[in-house]
Amino acid sequence: MVGGGILHGLAVTAKNFVGSFTDPERLVTVGYPEQRVPAKENTRQFPFLVHDGDDPEAGLRCVACQICEKECPPQCIYIVKSKTKKPDHLGKPQFFPAIFDIDLSVCMSCQICVEVCPFDAIKMDQEFELATADRFEGLLQHKQQLARPNTHFQTLHPTDAAAIDAQRAADLAKAQAAAAAAAAKAATPVAPVAPSSQTS
Amino acid sequence: MSAPAVTMAPGFELRSAAETDPDAPDLLEVSLGPQHPSTHGVFRMNVTLDGERVVTLKPVFGYLHRNHEKIAEATSYLASMPYTDRLDYFCSLTNNWAYALTVERLAGLQVPERAEYLRVITAELTRLQNHATVCGFLLQDMGALGTPLMYAFREREKILDLFESLTGARMMCNYMRFGGCRCDTPAGWIEQAGKVTANFGRFLDEFEALLTSNEILLGRTQGVGILPRDLAVAGGISGPMARASGVGYDLRKVDRYGIYDRFEFRVPVGDHGDVFDRYMIRVLEMRESLKILEAALKQVPPGPIMDPKAKLRGFRPKPGEAYGRIESPKGELGFYLISDGGPNPYRYRIRPPSFINLTLLEDLCRGHSVADTVVILGSVDIVLGEVDR
Repeated sequence: MVGGGILHGLAVTAKNFVGSFTDPERLVTVGYPEQRVPAKENTRQFPFLVHDGDDPEAGLRCVACQICEKECPPQCIYIVKSKTKKPDHLGKPQFFPAIFDIDLSVCMSCQICVEVCPFDAIKMDQEFELATADRFEGLLQHKQQLARPNTHFQTLHPTDAAAIDAQRAADLAKAQAAAAAAAAKAATPVAPVAPSSQTS
Repeated sequence: MSAPAVTMAPGFELRSAAETDPDAPDLLEVSLGPQHPSTHGVFRMNVTLDGERVVTLKPVFGYLHRNHEKIAEATSYLASMPYTDRLDYFCSLTNNWAYALTVERLAGLQVPERAEYLRVITAELTRLQNHATVCGFLLQDMGALGTPLMYAFREREKILDLFESLTGARMMCNYMRFGGCRCDTPAGWIEQAGKVTANFGRFLDEFEALLTSNEILLGRTQGVGILPRDLAVAGGISGPMARASGVGYDLRKVDRYGIYDRFEFRVPVGDHGDVFDRYMIRVLEMRESLKILEAALKQVPPGPIMDPKAKLRGFRPKPGEAYGRIESPKGELGFYLISDGGPNPYRYRIRPPSFINLTLLEDLCRGHSVADTVVILGSVDIVLGEVDR
């Protein structure tokens, strides 16, 4: 029958139309911005800098090694290393970034900076509503805007954060044990060499 | 001025004598594009028309040129990986795989079993969503405004959700690394992928009920834009377009790269090489992809996902050259790399399938109306990010 295929197709559209009210498989969209899809754990938008504790300056994990600046494909990271050092979470004196800028208008959210960072200092945020009227300064984020507490990272990526926190706690325990051993060693006087060994 | 020699597709008749002479006074030159919605991006066709019929057609591209190959020669091997996402932005995972495969050949890395399975699963999911989308766009080009495309996008959305929970991004996945994959699957991902795969068959049945026997679709596609087998072979056409013309050439069978030799699937081959065959081949390929996915999701073993020898930073392969190719949803996607032992490739070259498939557009369109030209272009399945690079 000529037109049978079209009628057949119309039946399909009718089924889909009715189904879109009842079957969640047939209506996958939500009415943004009133409704929102919860972000998935792996979702990435733009990088942020992690700091421990409450003070974004003192607790910043970044040691200004500039690996991310070198590896960044579109070269959107700009770092100036500090002249002085501050202690990191293990108490070791480390450099810190005097300037750490990310140009979000250049960043392409590839996550390579996160992968190459040996200090777990840079992670991916899930904030995407970053529209601004100023496309130059408004999208150029400085250290102060980029710094977020570790608790923020723990809420966004709980699996990753748990592993990293455990690793850092183990490092700290090891460092403390080593420091305690060194202190104990320094406290006990070194035994003098027995004179008898020289004569025999 | 003498008329340029017109090369004709074998067995393809011109409809009037005026068509053999582009300088005939009643011909009209029209620039279709580059800002036209039917051109799938920024692509221009300079057509000479005799009334409504196309006499000559010159594709003009390069509007989206981003200097990808030269940039890649100035950055490290790893830093090119996110740029490959942006070649064919529908299929970032297959682009990743082709590039990773080439670098692995260059550096002699071994991919662990689990990573191979994840690569096959993500590549076949990519094929599903690419073919579903291109069939939707093809219908859009024919004037079926919205409905089939939205049905296709709805299914694509579910696959993109899978990509997001696995890789972190819906389209720019940047997932594969030299010697494996970047991260392991999150909890419950394999089951979720199994569910999407199981439901995709229902969508395909519906999609076919909606379209395949539709008289308008048949009238607009059958006998339109015929690509003869010999011309397809001579023109280096690959992918679904070559298979629709009867060339049974699929790199998953020919090269058996990765672990494709472990899966049972058929390579559908068309008879006529017209637009309808190209549409049908894609639908059939989706069904074959579902078979691969079902098997792969059942078999995926636990284990590591990265070669322990692979280095993320300071990666310098030995001097040499390598060509790696895979069957991307659009055809043969190849990367050619020369290493001089440094941190950057000395030469980086891509063989993009949609660029090569586009070269025969004039032969497909000659003698057809402007409206058919748009449909033929839609059936070639181009992505300008890959054509222009």
